[in-house]
Amino acid sequence: MRKTIKVAEAVARMPDGVRLMIGGFMGVGTPPRLVDEVVRQGRKDLTIIANDTARPGVGIGKLIDAKLVRKVITSHIGTNPETQRQMLAGEIEVELVPQGTLAECIRAGGYGLGGVLTPTGAGTLVEDNKQTLEIDGRTFLLEKPLKADFAFIYAKQADYIGNLAYALTARNFNPLMAMAAEIVMAEAENIVPVGVIPPDAVMTPAVLVNHLITKEKRNG
Amino acid sequence: MDEKTLIAKRVALELKDGDLVNLGIGLPTLVATFVPGDADIFFQSENGIVGMLALPEEGLEAEDLTDAGGGPIGALPGAATFDSAMSFGLIRGGHLDVTVLGGLQVDQQGRLANWMVPGRMVPGMGGAMDLVSGAKRVIVAMTHTVKGKPKIVQHCSLPLTSTRPVSLIVTDLAVIEPTADGLLLKELAPGITVTAVRQATEAELIIPEYVPEMPIL
Repeated sequence: MRKTIKVAEAVARMPDGVRLMIGGFMGVGTPPRLVDEVVRQGRKDLTIIANDTARPGVGIGKLIDAKLVRKVITSHIGTNPETQRQMLAGEIEVELVPQGTLAECIRAGGYGLGGVLTPTGAGTLVEDNKQTLEIDGRTFLLEKPLKADFAFIYAKQADYIGNLAYALTARNFNPLMAMAAEIVMAEAENIVPVGVIPPDAVMTPAVLVNHLITKEKRNG
Repeated sequence: MDEKTLIAKRVALELKDGDLVNLGIGLPTLVATFVPGDADIFFQSENGIVGMLALPEEGLEAEDLTDAGGGPIGALPGAATFDSAMSFGLIRGGHLDVTVLGGLQVDQQGRLANWMVPGRMVPGMGGAMDLVSGAKRVIVAMTHTVKGKPKIVQHCSLPLTSTRPVSLIVTDLAVIEPTADGLLLKELAPGITVTAVRQATEAELIIPEYVPEMPIL
């Protein structure tokens, strides 16, 4: 099956109003061309699931700047004053989730689990409207799995069939999100022939990737 | 010595050879500067690395090697990188020896509030709730007061980060340890009296007959 696709075509397949997971941590490990193309095509009313909204003009911050986001499920918006402004003005809904819980809920979504039991947030505002369980004398919150319609993944290397390898701290939420979305779109810094990434070094197997974004022809 | 340097130097004395340590953003980040060079300490950054170092030299930045603020870092020989689930598994699973965090308030039971000021500042908890719930030792590094108002209070007016009491509070005036009986005054900053600490603290303190001075160089 041919997975390679131009970035414009890939984004054109994504309707307005979808739930979209985007990898990255402060923009590091966020696919730059997919994000730029969403802005260019003005795909709107998005629900974004991501660790943070980076900064204005950076990574997911570009989607916030362009007012394409209706809701964001995230652990931190402190570095993006524009997200905070839109939240206080009632233009965007922000659901704050502890970072470790966010990672595990996405993992649970992708791994077919019914939820996660975590001590994080017990007895705090995070507990509101959630079920708690006592296990061996300790209180745990039941956190439900997170899934999405689409995921944007950024890898250091992809091979022609879509096996992915990430680099250093740019890995972060990417491999978790690649498991948790219906349609996975992967962008890579380098695309290499099959076999260049050895099986042990593949971090996200190609079977999880629906679309691999091709490189743009560069002049000069 | 300014108050932040004093706090960071005192916190650095809490870190031991072999510790895995996570430093929060701001004042806590300064602590790394004062760790003795011969101590084998691994710093974790929650975006997915154990063994982070300050960037050794300008011009060596790697786009894929960053701290939790997105800024460029270096790495120790023997560093390891991983995804966010493992990063928080290290934190929540009891593998992290020490976390050092900033604070807005700490209450009589030693419980920390540091993630939001309702209606005014809502940055989000990031990793703070996981860190306070899961690290073996939680050290709060903060100024004792803000605009003259005590930060160590009877009841936090701000939302709690965790119901688990922290292990130690290090301020520019004192070192205080939350115990089962209450907040124990353990050390005084150089030149600070017990009366001064009492006046700057709203919560009740347990004050031993002799309170030593912070062992700061």
